Amino acid sequence: MNQNEFINTINPFKDKLFRLAKRLLVSTEEAEDATQEVLVKLWTKNDGLELYNSIEAFAMTMTKNYCLDQLKSKRAQNLRIVHSNFTDRQAGLLQQLEDQDSLNWVEKIVNELPEQQKLIVQMRDVEQYEFKEIAKILEMNETAIRVSLSRARKTIRELMTKTHNYGTI
Amino acid sequence: MEPFKIDLLLEKYFEAETSIAEENDLRTFFSSQDVPEHLQQYQSIFGYFEITKEQKFEQKTQPQRKKRSVKWLSIAASIVVMLGVGIFSYNNLKTFPNQDLGNFKTPEAAFEATQKALLMLSENVNVGVSGATHMQEFNIVKDKVFKTD
Repeated sequence: MNQNEFINTINPFKDKLFRLAKRLLVSTEEAEDATQEVLVKLWTKNDGLELYNSIEAFAMTMTKNYCLDQLKSKRAQNLRIVHSNFTDRQAGLLQQLEDQDSLNWVEKIVNELPEQQKLIVQMRDVEQYEFKEIAKILEMNETAIRVSLSRARKTIRELMTKTHNYGTI
Repeated sequence: MEPFKIDLLLEKYFEAETSIAEENDLRTFFSSQDVPEHLQQYQSIFGYFEITKEQKFEQKTQPQRKKRSVKWLSIAASIVVMLGVGIFSYNNLKTFPNQDLGNFKTPEAAFEATQKALLMLSENVNVGVSGATHMQEFNIVKDKVFKTD
């Protein structure tokens, strides 16, 4: 596989890797580094890649593992990454929504979820993967994923209702 | 889509039983203008998922090309330095045996004059040495007169 072929292979899903990394690592720069790292790893594998039947699923798994490792080492150093990039939004879509602030609330709530649920919400609700694909990427069974997703969605709903009604009850 | 159907779909959604197609129906419904008031609290959730998907990985994925240019640049720089040192030393070595003979016209005359000067120097040194032999004589006599233990 030469450089151009490689870039064509990764182009359809490199944004998904980035968004997954950002979901876990929160900071944009960290997520960019992680994505770059995963892509370099994929490139060094090169010819071995054709053995995998879905390079995308493989890359997603790699990104997940890399980010969890990063978080583990960060936690060992007692450092926490704090959000600083809420404003990085597309203006056109934002204007359609009356309440801009509630979007930030959703982001905050999603980022507060346990890592497992974060991953699943990211892959199902943002990237819209089928349960079968998520099961492959996370090496879990589908039922467990459904349970975890349902729990995550209910948590989001509950906390959103709370913030929505804040001060009215 | 009728609101009661949406309610049903939402129910299914929170149990994680919906398919991708049904979830897309929900998304289009919530991105439309006429959302009933009791459902508006869900609007931001679906809106957020929609917007998050727009984020792109901006960096270029070509780290290798950069490295190569640095390598070539350093090779070129070292060649320039080596050429510079080479040309400099070549020019200087060439002019090193200079033909400056001072007051003399030919190398032979200069050679003779130098020989003469060296001869004069050695004669004068010899005068000094012969003086030193007197000193030796003096030492011997002194040892005879003053006995030392």
